[in-house]
Amino acid sequence: MAKMTMIKAITAAMDEELAHDDKVMIFGEDVGKNGGVFRATDGLQEKFGEDRVFDTPLAESGIIGLANGMALKGFRPVPELQFMGFIYEAFDELAGQMARYRFRMGGSRKFPITVRAPFGGGVHTPELHSDSFEGLLTQVPGLRVVAPSGPYDAKGLLISAIRSDDPVFYCEHMKLYRSIKEEVPDEAYTIPLDKAAVKREGTDVSIITYGYMVQESLAAAEELAKDGINAEVVDLRTLAPLDEDTILASVKKTGRVVLVQEAQKQAGVGGQVASLIGEKGVLYLDAPIARVAAPDTPYPFSDAEEVWLPNKQDIVDKVKETVNF
Amino acid sequence: MKKLDFEELKHNPEIKPLQVLDEDGKVVNSNLMPDLSDDELVELFEQMVWSRVLGDRTMKLCRQGRLGFFAPTAGEEASQMGSNFAMSKDDFLLGGYRDVPQLVKHGLPMWKGFLWSKGHVNGNKYPEELNAVPPQIIIGAQYAQTAGVALGIKKKGEKNVAYTYTGDGGTSQGDFYEGVNFASAFKAPALFFVQNNLYAISVPRKAQTAAPTLAQKAVACGIPGLQVDGMDALAVYSVAKQARDWITAGNGPVLIETLCYRYGPHTTAGDVPRRYRSEEEEDVWLKKDPLIRMRKFLESKGLWDEDKEKACVEAANKEVDDAMQEVESQPTQTVTELMQNEYVVTPPAIQKELDAYQAKEAK
Repeated sequence: MAKMTMIKAITAAMDEELAHDDKVMIFGEDVGKNGGVFRATDGLQEKFGEDRVFDTPLAESGIIGLANGMALKGFRPVPELQFMGFIYEAFDELAGQMARYRFRMGGSRKFPITVRAPFGGGVHTPELHSDSFEGLLTQVPGLRVVAPSGPYDAKGLLISAIRSDDPVFYCEHMKLYRSIKEEVPDEAYTIPLDKAAVKREGTDVSIITYGYMVQESLAAAEELAKDGINAEVVDLRTLAPLDEDTILASVKKTGRVVLVQEAQKQAGVGGQVASLIGEKGVLYLDAPIARVAAPDTPYPFSDAEEVWLPNKQDIVDKVKETVNF
Repeated sequence: MKKLDFEELKHNPEIKPLQVLDEDGKVVNSNLMPDLSDDELVELFEQMVWSRVLGDRTMKLCRQGRLGFFAPTAGEEASQMGSNFAMSKDDFLLGGYRDVPQLVKHGLPMWKGFLWSKGHVNGNKYPEELNAVPPQIIIGAQYAQTAGVALGIKKKGEKNVAYTYTGDGGTSQGDFYEGVNFASAFKAPALFFVQNNLYAISVPRKAQTAAPTLAQKAVACGIPGLQVDGMDALAVYSVAKQARDWITAGNGPVLIETLCYRYGPHTTAGDVPRRYRSEEEEDVWLKKDPLIRMRKFLESKGLWDEDKEKACVEAANKEVDDAMQEVESQPTQTVTELMQNEYVVTPPAIQKELDAYQAKEAK
């Protein structure tokens, strides 16, 4: 057990899986000798060889097409897209091909592919690096979309994703890479896919969130506690398909909901969670479903991130509004 | 058989269509004559006749409403059957939507090919030993995936190729270039066929690119490229066979452009070729029919006659009839079955939907 950052936990998970299964192949732009632009694959090529961890030409569709083809030959590809903002280049091979391949072949083949991609704001990246595009992916049947909120979850979820025989899109928030440290076991462990986690128990309101916003929500919950508001924080972890039971159980308990996402309001996952609660949990509600999300503009110029990105204060304010409804 | 110099073709692609037989079935280039036995020559022609019958029958079955989507293949028999004849069953085929005949000769039961046309999941359930995927609808996607399959073959140390097909229009796609370039960068055993039938639906080949040939697009990826007369089965076979040998020796991918023509419409979905091409042009290409020259060639060697042709056509018709029986005895698809095929491990939210459909279907 050691305290480590999320980026180290992610490297550790890939290290474990490269050793665990010789069919695991890691590839992408600069993931080899360079160890990745964020050092996520640092040292892996040196340890496992160029046959297992290798660079590709600079072409995202080619990378995901390569993964699909390698899966057809029995490999377990773990391709990296350098930034989630570049998924548009690869969208057919992701959504049109990978996600539906098993379905279109009547279950006669499997596609155990884990696509890793950094995303998320607050670190002043240039254009189309930080965009939260997870909502596009959660609308694709056949794909699991996973987003860890810290180091411990990151390792366990990534190992589960790589071992999964179904395709997983694994979203890594850049601001989480090095901002917090957690105790992470040295050995391999898994965290189940399709399961949300209650990160803070509470009775007055359910804050349902994912990714970096889990950290902002936990901080908001601490502040709200000072005012006697006891918030429960639910971390979705798997964004699609949703863990309906955990979401509905929390709403049933608290009767009030604030959905928190970094993505624009028309994007992300919040709308789908709201729809689920409207469909199956509306009678539990004592107040309307509230949402904290970014404005419906393209992702901002980096100098405008501070005014644009949702934060702890937005969550505190929205929870108070909901509790006092 | 004269060995093609693939190293040289990397720098100077062959941009005049290589030919073995002319339109009268006369050998015009004995250097390129493939090393095929009499039986193999007959078998290749039987496959071409079979493919013509399959295409004609499929058109009729589509018009009768007994099948669904079909992209006609008449005119492309030399290109399709000639190239496929040079491949091994252990090679991995990633075809486009017009490449059903290769798929069937590669091992897919004909009735499954028909079910694909009809839109039934059972047509796409492939046995583990069939090295192929269903026809690709997204033009270019098969190229990017071929690079991956080829890299997988290389990593496993197998002595096979991944082979794929697209049309002339498909060479304009990004995935076309990315696929060829990836395979090239990884020196992976991939064989890329471009079946240039002069039109992408209504858009003529010249409107796709100002490049004088499609074969020379190989230069952009540093691999050998060559153009072959796609109406000449012996030339297509010869070139494909030599390319495969060169690739399996560990030299990397090859791009082959087959110059051919489709006699029918683009698909059965209402395309009317006369809107964009002339009767005169069609007549010119009808004289180039790949069956005519191969038939004349075999007849001149005493390997083919009317009785053989008749028997071949009858056998093909019987195969189609049998396949249609299988097609028409398939069970109706259910939503639960479709959902069960989606994931290896079904997520709980999907399982709830599945349970609801199961209850509905049980009523």
